[in-house]
Amino acid sequence: MERTVYDLIIVGGGPAGLAAAVGAYDAGLRNILILERDLRLGGILNQCIHNGFGLHTFQEELTGPEYAQRFIDQVKERGIAYKLDTMVLSIGKGEDGSKEVTAVNETDGLLLLKAKALILAMGCRERSRGALNIPGFRPAGIYSAGTAQRLVNIEGYLPGRRVVILGSGDIGLIMARRMTLEGARVMVCAELMPYSGGLKRNIVQCLDDFGIPLKLSHTVVRIEGKERVEGVVIAEVGPDRKPIPGTEEHYRCDTLLLSVGLLPENELTVGLGAEISRITNGPVVNESLETSVPGVFAAGNVLHVHDLVDYVSEEAKLAGERAADYVAACGDGFTAPEDGAKRVPVTFAGGIRYTVPSAIDPGKIGNWLKIRFRVGDVMQNRKVVLYLDGEPALTKKRRVMAPGEMEELVLTARHVQAHPDLKSIEIRVEEDV
Amino acid sequence: MKTVNLTCIGCPLGCPIEVMMDDDNNILLVSGNSCPRGDKYARKEVTAPTRIVTSSVRVFGSEKGERMVPVKTASDVPKKSIMEVIRDLRGVSVPCPVHIGDVVVKNVAGTGVDMIATKEVE
Repeated sequence: MERTVYDLIIVGGGPAGLAAAVGAYDAGLRNILILERDLRLGGILNQCIHNGFGLHTFQEELTGPEYAQRFIDQVKERGIAYKLDTMVLSIGKGEDGSKEVTAVNETDGLLLLKAKALILAMGCRERSRGALNIPGFRPAGIYSAGTAQRLVNIEGYLPGRRVVILGSGDIGLIMARRMTLEGARVMVCAELMPYSGGLKRNIVQCLDDFGIPLKLSHTVVRIEGKERVEGVVIAEVGPDRKPIPGTEEHYRCDTLLLSVGLLPENELTVGLGAEISRITNGPVVNESLETSVPGVFAAGNVLHVHDLVDYVSEEAKLAGERAADYVAACGDGFTAPEDGAKRVPVTFAGGIRYTVPSAIDPGKIGNWLKIRFRVGDVMQNRKVVLYLDGEPALTKKRRVMAPGEMEELVLTARHVQAHPDLKSIEIRVEEDV
Repeated sequence: MKTVNLTCIGCPLGCPIEVMMDDDNNILLVSGNSCPRGDKYARKEVTAPTRIVTSSVRVFGSEKGERMVPVKTASDVPKKSIMEVIRDLRGVSVPCPVHIGDVVVKNVAGTGVDMIATKEVE
């Protein structure tokens, strides 16, 4: 069976996929296809009905669906093709160098597609109870915070009346408020770590506003109930994050929401054979957000989990532009010729967990390039220093850094021009005294 | 005299702020903040705190079988009106198609602010 050919196929029609499509189109590409598994474009933003999106991109505070609509409109104005209700089953490399996509939907049946470039924009999913090893039966009433969000906001159901939340990620905090407004009683929000992974604003406006206690260094040690959740037991944890005997507290409840982290969704990426970072669980990319497979790019939460959708849109636009460059270099073929790209690794020290990108070709950063990273612990009074070949090129003071807030440094063409034969890029977090 | 304790939302530092007020709610002292943004936030928060309220209401006649449309207050409303706003949405059901910005409830809970749709539902 003949495969239908596109210049660029984008897997995922959420915020990353939409912005990537617009970026690629505006860089000159026309033969683009977006594949989305849901019945509408916009991805997870459709259920994020709270406000606070778009302050950076539009200088306005929008809700999730409004933010998504801005990009959906841009995609439609440009006449970019998309298929909804379409599940991508696999991606791979063809013998002719093309990137092959196999997908399925009710209208077309099995779709066999080929492209010169791919952008991975599949987003992430929530860590589940199974990943936590909480003992007990498997009663009804245990939901990930995002599932509860979908039930309340999209389906119109209230999943429970008395709620305990484990984890203080932003979705959990948002759902504490949402369930309260819909008439549920949220008893407590327990967080294993001594700090919250959520934004301060959400702690104040979703918990404090409604008198919901946040218990740091606490976790769920037991779930009671066989058919339906009847209660949970929460205990304090020590510095080793193990429960301290004697600190158990019982809460009578019918629902437990889990907001315990997000995982990039990279089964397709693994199937393709692209290198995956063990820290981000996303593909390893260079300055062009290109994976270890040439012509395959990644952006958004599939690459690394973001706190703000504005950063996703910005990152995805870059992936779209670089994918357009790649397609232009392909000419009539399916692969771009090897261009002898340099690959300077980005190394780090002082508590940084990872950087995106993890390697940079100094000749390909354009006017500037944002290096994004996260730290592993809460730190105060630090400075972030970027060293090029061991010389400090850039210093940024940070009064406070936390694992829940993504950091960035802007590497400019001027910085790298001072080092024509650049061999090392290092980012270090140092004490600022 | 009374004191109000707040957590600043200006940045990740999250300074614990203490606002000292007299019996007529005049602010005597703002302390604990480490920058002017904290002072400004605390003064607004103790005198006239406001929030955008978001929720969702039922729709009927959706082509794609959608059940809900998300809504928000068109601008900030007083924090103390949040639950009244939500109560005013009870039983509200709107016909499709719904467009972003359509007024779903006029002058919600007497705040002078309209509740508007935030999603396109066909």
